[in-house]
Amino acid sequence: MLKITDLKVSYGGIEAVKGISFEVPEKSIVTLIGANGAGKSTTLRSISGLVRPKSGKIEFLGEDITGKDAADIMAKGITLVPEGRRIFPDLTVLENLKIGAYLRKDDLTDDLNWIYDLFPRLKERSWQPGGTLSGGEQQMLAVGRALMSRPKLIMMDEPSLGLAPLVVRNIFDIIKEINRQGVTILLIEQNANMALKTADIGYVMETGRITMTGSGEELLANEAVKAAYLGT
Amino acid sequence: MDFINAFLPYILADIEKTTPDAIRIADYLPYILAGISVGGQYALISIGYTMVYGILRLINFAHGDIFMVAGFVMIYLSATLPLHISAVFVILITMLLGFVVERVAYKPLRNAPRMSIMISAIGVSYLLQNCAWYFTSGLAKQYPEIPWISESITIGSATTKIVTILTPVLTIILVAALVFLIKYTKIGMAMRAVSKDFETSRLMGIKINTVISITFLIGSFLAAVASLLYFTNYTTVTPVAGAMPGLKAFVAAVFGGIGSIPGAVVGAFIIGICENLIKGAGWTTFSDAFTFALLIIILVAKPTGLFGEKSTDKV
Repeated sequence: MLKITDLKVSYGGIEAVKGISFEVPEKSIVTLIGANGAGKSTTLRSISGLVRPKSGKIEFLGEDITGKDAADIMAKGITLVPEGRRIFPDLTVLENLKIGAYLRKDDLTDDLNWIYDLFPRLKERSWQPGGTLSGGEQQMLAVGRALMSRPKLIMMDEPSLGLAPLVVRNIFDIIKEINRQGVTILLIEQNANMALKTADIGYVMETGRITMTGSGEELLANEAVKAAYLGT
Repeated sequence: MDFINAFLPYILADIEKTTPDAIRIADYLPYILAGISVGGQYALISIGYTMVYGILRLINFAHGDIFMVAGFVMIYLSATLPLHISAVFVILITMLLGFVVERVAYKPLRNAPRMSIMISAIGVSYLLQNCAWYFTSGLAKQYPEIPWISESITIGSATTKIVTILTPVLTIILVAALVFLIKYTKIGMAMRAVSKDFETSRLMGIKINTVISITFLIGSFLAAVASLLYFTNYTTVTPVAGAMPGLKAFVAAVFGGIGSIPGAVVGAFIIGICENLIKGAGWTTFSDAFTFALLIIILVAKPTGLFGEKSTDKV
């Protein structure tokens, strides 16, 4: 579904991504794990059109989307849940959800009900400004906002960051549930343990390169991964 | 208007009976009316400053000059066209000018440091002024007299032009429409989102440049309306005619809390009324000084203004 070929991205002379290739098959959960500064976020940001790659190719459903504008890529069905949630604090919960469907012109009632089924807490708080929600609720709002565009592929940048363990488990359950309903997921995480348990395919990134590939279970059992990312 | 006229003398007479000689509202009424009127004009200009600041964190120094250009456009158009058609074209041309200024002078600097775009704004301001000098040879031009709104009207003890009464009414209507647009429409929601977070707005599929252009179109539209009302009162336009009202509208925006539309409107009315009351008290020389003293006091005592956001920086 998504195919990255030899992608290179640099910020002002520093090459953050040094030629990576990977694929995200339809209806799968794929995860990129790696330490801070490995280039994971940069990869997602260039797929979503926020940064222009230096070279390489990004194909989505057979179409070359390299270097396209963020709004166009969004319209094609790729959405990003950004790092740090980045909900709009002054907009109400309902407005935050509606703005996720900014490009759509059809009726949103069904989708809102779907989101409220997934996250009942958001329904209770739909008139509150987004900034008044707790961290976990904000993460749910960010995921709900992304789903409102009816994406084919949803990319999540560290959804578990800074959340309590119980909330983290809840978020991962939701990720699996969304995937079960047919949405493809590309997940990047520092919480390698949870990510690999959830994912079908995992890639390990180190300083801008992909160093290991395998299914979630394989990587969980791998000695090098255990030592570096699982702390066991 | 007739209604007010019929009753005001009685009301005022009543007040006069009960107030000592020292304070006589009737004496100050013309100044209060003029203050409300000029306040409305400042309000319409200041919205352009405050909206652009809200979205780009830019003080658009060229805004006062766009207002001045609107004045000259009216003079030149009305020489050949009927007034009502000229007025429509003044509004359209001013909006186009605001749009072009943003695209040419500010958009290429979107990722530049904030100071660069500020200096670009100062450049546009001088460019517009100098173009105006060139086309007019620096002479003050006579503003056309717009019938009906230039007619005199007597309210109580005060005789004034209809425009004095029309301005605050029109201001309130336009501000109400604008607040509705921002609060309840899709594009308004996008404007609020963009003013908080460019990058996440882009992720939602919002075209940042379109939203910014719309902001400049709205600001220029209001400046054009303000110029029609303002210059009707002042009868001539010079190439620097935009500087003073522009600066005062800017002070009003800072006073109200820059970025806040209700703040800018309240600030503008307060400044307009205070200025004219000072004139009424016989200190005309100091009426401008008052406005700028107010700016200094606000910046020292409460930099966020009356309704300003607590943190002005982007999250």
